[in-house]
Amino acid sequence: MNMNDNPHTDALQHHFADMEQQRESAKLGMWLFLITELLLFGGLFGFYTFYRASNPEIFYNAHSTLDVKFGALYTVVLILSSITFALAIYHIRENKRKQTLMLLGATVLFGVIFLAVKGFEWAHHIHLGQLPGKYYTFTGIQGTNPHIFYSAYYMMTGLHSLHVLGGLAVILWLMVRTRRGDFSSYYFVPLEMTGLYWHLVDMIWIYLFPLFYLVG
Amino acid sequence: MQESSYLDQPRGLKSWLLTLDHKRIAILYLIAVAIYFLAGSVFALLIRTILARPENPLVTAQHYNQIFTLHGAIMIFLFIIPATPAILGNFALPLMIGARDVAFPRLNLASWYTYIIGSLVILYSLHSGAADTGWTFYTPYSTQSNSSVITTTLGVFIAGFSSVFTGINFIATVHKLRAPGMTWFKMPLFVWSLYATSIIQVLATPVLAITLVLLILERVFGVGIFDPKMGGDPVLFQHFFWFYSHPAVYIMILPAMGVISELIPVFARRKIFGYSAIAFSSLAIAFLSFLVWGHHMFVSGEAEIASVIFSLLTFLVAIPSGVKIFNWTATLYKGRISFDPPMVYALMFLFLFAIGGLTGLFLGALASDVHVSDTYFVVAHFHYVMMGGAMMGLLGGLHFWWPKIFGRMYSRFWSLTAAVLVFIGFNLTFFPQFILGMKGMPRRYYTYLPQYKPLNVLSTVGAYVLGVGLVVLVWCLLASLKRKRQTLSNNPWNAGTLEWTTTSPPPTQNFKTQPVVKHGPYDYEEMVAERT
Ligand SMILES: [Cu+2]
Repeated sequence: MNMNDNPHTDALQHHFADMEQQRESAKLGMWLFLITELLLFGGLFGFYTFYRASNPEIFYNAHSTLDVKFGALYTVVLILSSITFALAIYHIRENKRKQTLMLLGATVLFGVIFLAVKGFEWAHHIHLGQLPGKYYTFTGIQGTNPHIFYSAYYMMTGLHSLHVLGGLAVILWLMVRTRRGDFSSYYFVPLEMTGLYWHLVDMIWIYLFPLFYLVG
Repeated sequence: MQESSYLDQPRGLKSWLLTLDHKRIAILYLIAVAIYFLAGSVFALLIRTILARPENPLVTAQHYNQIFTLHGAIMIFLFIIPATPAILGNFALPLMIGARDVAFPRLNLASWYTYIIGSLVILYSLHSGAADTGWTFYTPYSTQSNSSVITTTLGVFIAGFSSVFTGINFIATVHKLRAPGMTWFKMPLFVWSLYATSIIQVLATPVLAITLVLLILERVFGVGIFDPKMGGDPVLFQHFFWFYSHPAVYIMILPAMGVISELIPVFARRKIFGYSAIAFSSLAIAFLSFLVWGHHMFVSGEAEIASVIFSLLTFLVAIPSGVKIFNWTATLYKGRISFDPPMVYALMFLFLFAIGGLTGLFLGALASDVHVSDTYFVVAHFHYVMMGGAMMGLLGGLHFWWPKIFGRMYSRFWSLTAAVLVFIGFNLTFFPQFILGMKGMPRRYYTYLPQYKPLNVLSTVGAYVLGVGLVVLVWCLLASLKRKRQTLSNNPWNAGTLEWTTTSPPPTQNFKTQPVVKHGPYDYEEMVAERT
């Protein structure tokens, strides 16, 4: 019999006393990482607040150039992806690898839809000259410095999309590992941790949605 | 018989570069940080050489600006921020709490590689025309300068992640990996200070990261956030920059204060006075550090009422710092002080940090700050706190743990000689700068009015004495590595913390058996009772 068939021998790292301590440590580390993510976005939210407070009419006039239907679609798609991810973790706890794999696949699909539509929306804005900063050439928004709405828009949705992209890469890797049989009810820390990250990314979108699509 | 230690097994360069052992990662950091300290020092000596006379034909004004920017950026981001946590903390923290390693060994190694990549990017900027903005990268100049601001800030951005990784690792380690019996209030004070430092690293560094990203976007896309013509605000950059960089000052000084809290009880043979006051003052400093950033902007046109509030909050920081100094002094009182090299650095810290801290009050007070803002007074204050404080703490800790890290003792005579030279050189370099600042000599210029020459010459002479002292220091430590290992006891200083109970150097798994903690880290009487 192969020694490595027993997950108990390789999942526990040597410097932890038991699986519980390892899992608790990973969880704490992940929460700390999520706090740094929040602060990273927090800086941008700070800039947004400053911008919007000093140019309320620009934000009001400019937000109508965005299509609320897209914003609503992203929100729905991301919430669905959060649900499928949570279900994937539920199933690995029951040792149902096949279902876990399918649910992770659904999560990736929703993430890809988000990015694809987002890309399409950006391409449309870029085509109209609704670009950030000095590249802004659109003339349809009233007021001085209308470009700042789009500067904030690209910076914040751009950073968020990068996080979605990174999350997708990690989930794909988790799918490989699930298929390989790395995870079971005994050990699924990476799934759980990535789940926390994915929920945070969705939550940030839920804040971004009203800030850009529903001004006023 | 010589037992196998983490230094011997496994062998080979690859085993070092891919190591997950916190002790080896500490040594990787030691080597890298020492190299960047050397680079930063060379730039410092260049600065002092140029300033030995006004209008020095040695360099152009532009080169001078690049040199002082590199000196600042390297010393801050590549030397003093990582130094004490990543070298001494990495080595000592798991040992001090009786753990086998840090919570995330792979993240620990990733932190070192991130640091190396970030530092190489900063070095690359040398090739592409180093930044000339000062280490603070203030807008609007940093958005207009022709130098390679993007490369330098990108390097700092990357190096910042290594600091976050270390912080996350230490917090999780302290929470989850303490040995049986190691309650929070039995933890050594160095561990407390690293814990407080890590909180700042985790909370403040992401804000610096996003600020630098915005600066890069501003230069590349002209997004206009910092440009008033385009509806932005350059002062906003200062707010964000100092929201990180003031707390960063405590990332640099808190670990040094932790080292001092270890050294003073060991070398005064007395239980530390006010253990919990010192522990909580570290947390208080971490908390207050986030509320005082505006004191860097008294003359940048922030609202008057904001200045008054920031000034008051800044004075509050003096309270926890004063609490520490009081407790250290009280521990020394009636102690049996032995003047071993680590203790000599601790005493130097007390003296120099007191001067640095007190002159900080001149700068925190609105009226006197306006007079000395942007003069050499600020330079002198900063170096008394950072080099006189943070670096003396680092040197004290390095001399304290050196026999534990390498299992060899250095020459007492030569290391004391180095300490005396460093002390004389340091004061000779920076004390005249207080006077120059009071007389109105502005900082960050390659030249000055003729009446400032005598004090500048004195400062330059001091810098060379300091340089010689540091060379002796490094040579003395390196020479110790050629000595024989066997002769050293496991606990040459008779210290009470856990790392001294294992062999010097420790085995790869740190302790042969899981230690169980029964007494506090400074209970010397119990220690003696236990032994007999
Ligand atoms: Cu400050």
